[in-house]
Formats: sequence, structure tokens, C-alpha cells
Amino acid sequence: MTAPKTREFSPEAQKRIEWLFTRYSEKEAALLPVLRLAEEEFGVIDNAAVACVAQVIGLSPSNVYGVLTFYTHYRREGDGKYVVQVCSTLPCALRGCRDIVHHLEQRLGLKPGETTPDGKFTLKKVECLASCDTAPVVQINADYHESLTTEQLDAILDGLQ
Amino acid sequence: MANVDYKNFEKVLLKHVDHPDSRKLDFYLGHDGYAGARKALTEFKPAGVIDLVKSSNLRGRGGAGFPCGLKWSFVPESTSKPKYLVVNADESEPGTFKDRIILERDPHQIIEGILIAAYAIQAHSVYCYIRGEFAKGYTVMEEAIKEAYSAGILGNKVLGTDFHCDLTMHRGAGAYICGEETGLLSSLEGKRGLPKIKPPFPAVEGLFGCPTVVNNVETLANLPHILTRGVEWFQSFGPEKGPGPKLLCVSGHVERPGTYEVPLGINLNDLIFDLAGGVWKGRALKCVIPGGSSAKVLTAAECHVPMDFDSLMAKGTMLGSGGVIVMDDTTDMVDALYNILRFYHHESCGQCTPCREGTGWLEKIVGRIRAGHGRTEDLDLCLEICDMMCGKTICVLADAAAFPCESIIKKFRGEFEEKIRNGSGHSRRIFPSLGGPLVQIGAISAHNQDERKAQNPSAKH
Repeated sequence: MTAPKTREFSPEAQKRIEWLFTRYSEKEAALLPVLRLAEEEFGVIDNAAVACVAQVIGLSPSNVYGVLTFYTHYRREGDGKYVVQVCSTLPCALRGCRDIVHHLEQRLGLKPGETTPDGKFTLKKVECLASCDTAPVVQINADYHESLTTEQLDAILDGLQ
Repeated sequence: MANVDYKNFEKVLLKHVDHPDSRKLDFYLGHDGYAGARKALTEFKPAGVIDLVKSSNLRGRGGAGFPCGLKWSFVPESTSKPKYLVVNADESEPGTFKDRIILERDPHQIIEGILIAAYAIQAHSVYCYIRGEFAKGYTVMEEAIKEAYSAGILGNKVLGTDFHCDLTMHRGAGAYICGEETGLLSSLEGKRGLPKIKPPFPAVEGLFGCPTVVNNVETLANLPHILTRGVEWFQSFGPEKGPGPKLLCVSGHVERPGTYEVPLGINLNDLIFDLAGGVWKGRALKCVIPGGSSAKVLTAAECHVPMDFDSLMAKGTMLGSGGVIVMDDTTDMVDALYNILRFYHHESCGQCTPCREGTGWLEKIVGRIRAGHGRTEDLDLCLEICDMMCGKTICVLADAAAFPCESIIKKFRGEFEEKIRNGSGHSRRIFPSLGGPLVQIGAISAHNQDERKAQNPSAKH
């Protein structure tokens, strides 16, 4: 499926955006929340979504793109349906995140940063998820999975459709 | 020092977090909830609240440990501009996971703290900047805010008074630097999270150019208790110049990692060996990072120290965010330091040359030591680079990378030297611009080039 050249927010999202504008004294401050909305609405933030967000807020697309790419957490074009993010910072490293990464690399046939050919999984190594007491930790889309063993991880991945 | 009897300490901030209804307003109200805010709004003038918090000696729990009341007092009283309160819920210092518990399980405690702080500085708009990964905390807070609005706790007439206060949740999107207060404000304004030069301080010129106070979640959560139980009670825990209950996060090689609420001033050894169950697998303690990965490391012999702001500073390190990372005697310190440096290089915003380049160089130099290609002069080179980073940038991210680097190399120098001695013997040209003799043994083979890539897999993307 090719991505659409232009995108437009649904009436519900537009309503939410209007509400967001009332919460800040400058429209630009709504940029991060509107990018979140774009992520929810369109699934990914691609160039058409950037243009749409820019138009709604009254910024240039290059400005929006510059902000978007400063942050690592938005779902971008090419990301799989499930983004599997393994925390690799020191406290998780001390408690075995390398085994988790290695296991995922084997199971998914991916290196960190890659996506399976069917678009189902993206593997990412990320920095501290603030769950160091339950290391090793993996965040799959919005959900945290904590104190993981490779067996538990397999069960979780098996359950994802 | 006042009482640091951690064994008989009754939890304050985490008292209710294990109750299944702890997020709900009814539950909160049923346990004396919003009594502190009500007291502040009805019995005190705003300046009175500032004085009270000043006299309590509550110090910020986010990392810097700045006195909370003093910070508030920098906000100009008479100004035509609106004032803002911003909650820093961007918890991202490695080893820190305390705010997340309150956000997910006791949101009204935060909202009550917000009301007290907002009233004190007369801010009518409050933003809670929460890190993007905390989807659950965001949802819980949103629900609590909804409840608070419909119960008249937020909005036009807060708790039936004339004070009005709006609270908006604002999600970040994955950037450590947004935990730095000026970086956070840039991000909140819809920009890249670039820190700004101080002065002007946010209290004078912060969000949208207006007076702004940024307070950490845990700091705010202390306020209701100071109002209801009083300054004397608050000061009954820990050292006079920075008392109170404190959340300490223990992670790494211990039997029972977790968030422990303790009186400030608890001995680090008691925290590790008693509360956290000691070093795991029956191993010996090697070292501890006591305040998040930005803090300088303490060797096992140095761990007999009270966990409070000034005692740790006297030991050359800091309480920071309260993230206690424990490492056992099998830990490879070169590897551990490389992990830390990779983090800071990845998270540097890139504005300041000493940080952008310094974090990258440190990662690469320690990376080559780790890969067996270190040179004898590398350690002094690292220390020199650390010196060129500290205090020379807009924000303290550069210092945050240099502190652990410098302290780990100095305290575990032997391990690094051994790694260099036992390396593969190759010395490769990674930094031609550094000058000095280039010792190259043979040409760089294709194999070596692959290795070089493998050494630095997390180069800035």
C-alpha cells in the first residue's frame, strides 16, 4: 500500500486540536500533542502527516520535521506494527538485557533498527525506560513488559497478531 | 542529624500506592486528601506558603537539590505577565524510577502538591510534562485530572475559593535532555528540546517568556504533608539542611531492586544490604552510583555514607535523582562506563561543542579500549576531555557524562590499564585530528573496518 500524498485530520481530531489551542498561549506549543494525534490518526508520521500538522498549526513543514526528528518516540514511516524496544541502559545491562536483545535478533532475524519484511515487528534498542527495578524491560508499543525472561518474551510475541 | 531510623519509618509518599483504589479521588479524599491544599488556600496568603516551605528546608527531588521555597521566591510578585508552574515528570535519569510510581498510583497526591505550589507562586496555568514512554502514567493522570475538575478541585473555583487553576498534561516524545528544565520548557513550547543559557532563569523568563517554576513530581508530592503535618514533623527526618522522606531507587546487582521510601540520611550500606537484600548471588559489592548515572561512582569501601544532599557532596558525588545503581565484583567497569557514555552521546542535544564532541569522543575512546584497541595515553586523554567538558556548556549534560567517566577511570584505573595491556595490540587511527604520533600496525584491514563499525553501533542517528 502506498502512503497517501495528502492527509487530513478527522473532525474529532480537529475538535481536539481546537481544544489544545485553548490550553496554550501560543499555538506552536500544541505541536507535540498534535504530532501524537497525527500518530494516532494516521498510524505513522510520514511527510504527508508532517505537512498536515504544519498546516493546522501554521508552521512550515521543515520546522515540524525538525522538531519531529529531534525526538525518538514518534512512530515513523517504516516502523512495524509492533515496535519492540529493549532498554539497553546500564541498570538493564547489569541484569541481562543483552540476552534479550540477542534472543530477539535470533527470533525475529533482525538487527536493532530493522523491521521484519512483513512489517509486523521493528526491533529497537532504547535508552532508560525508568523501570530499572524490573530489569530487563521491553516496551512493545505503549506497554511495558518487566522482569522478562526469554521464555516470557516468546509467549508475549506469540500472542501478538 | 534528626531521626534516620529507617526501620520504624512510616511511609509518607508511598503510603497508599499498593491499595487497589489508590488512584481514585474518593479513596484519596477518604485519607485526608486535599486537606493540605485546602489549608494552604484558606489559611495562608501565597507568600505565607512560600515562607512555610522555605522554613521546611524542602530541597528539590529532581536532581539538583535546590531549596524549593527559595526557587519559588524568585518569581516576581508584581508582573503583568502570567506565571506558570510546570511539573517535571520527564523522569529519565538512568537508574531512576520513583516518579513513575506516584504518577501511576497516586496521581491526586501530585495534583494536590500542584495546587499548593501554584497558589504559592500565583500560577493559574500548570503543565505537567510527562515523558512519552509513560503512557500509563499519562492515562492515570488524565483520569485524575478529569475527576478533579468535576469535583471543583481544579478549574475556576479551586476547593470553593477564588483561586483558579488549570492543569494540562503534556507528553514528551523520547529525549533525555527534556528533563533539564530549560530544555523541558523549549520542548513544551513546541520546539526541539534545546536548553537555554541561564540567566535569565525560568523564574523570571521561562515558558513563553513568562515567570515559570519547574518542580519535580516527588518535590510536589511532599507539599501536602508539609502543610498538614507541619514543618517540625518534616524536619524530624534526616539532616536539618535537607530533611524529609525520600524515594531511593535501587537497581542493578541486588537481591531486591525497588523504590524504597526512607528518611534522608539513611546509610547507603543499610539501603543496599538491609532493605535491598544485599548483593545478588552471594557476590561481593564492587561499587555504587548513588544518584543516577550522572553521579560519581563510590567504591565499596566508600559506601558507608549517609544518603543526603550534603553528605554525598562531601564525598565528591551527589544524591542527584536518588537512583542507586549497584554493581557486583564481576562487573566489567570498562563495559559499564562504555554503556554510560553511549547513553550521554546519544542524548546530547548537540548545541554545545564540548558536549556534542566530548561525549562522542569519550564513547569512541572507551569503546576502543573495550574492543581491545586501547592505547596507554587514552586514559589521560579521557580525563583531559572530561576537564574540557565540565562547566563549559549551556546545561549540565556534559558534566553528567564527564562525572562518571572521570570517577570510574580514576577509581578503577587498573582495570582499564589491564584491558589496554591485554588488548589485541593494534593501535588504530580513530582520531587523526588529535595530533600526536600515529601508531599504526599494518594497514587497516577490511576486518578491522567491520570491527570499527561494530564498536560504534549506536553512532548518532
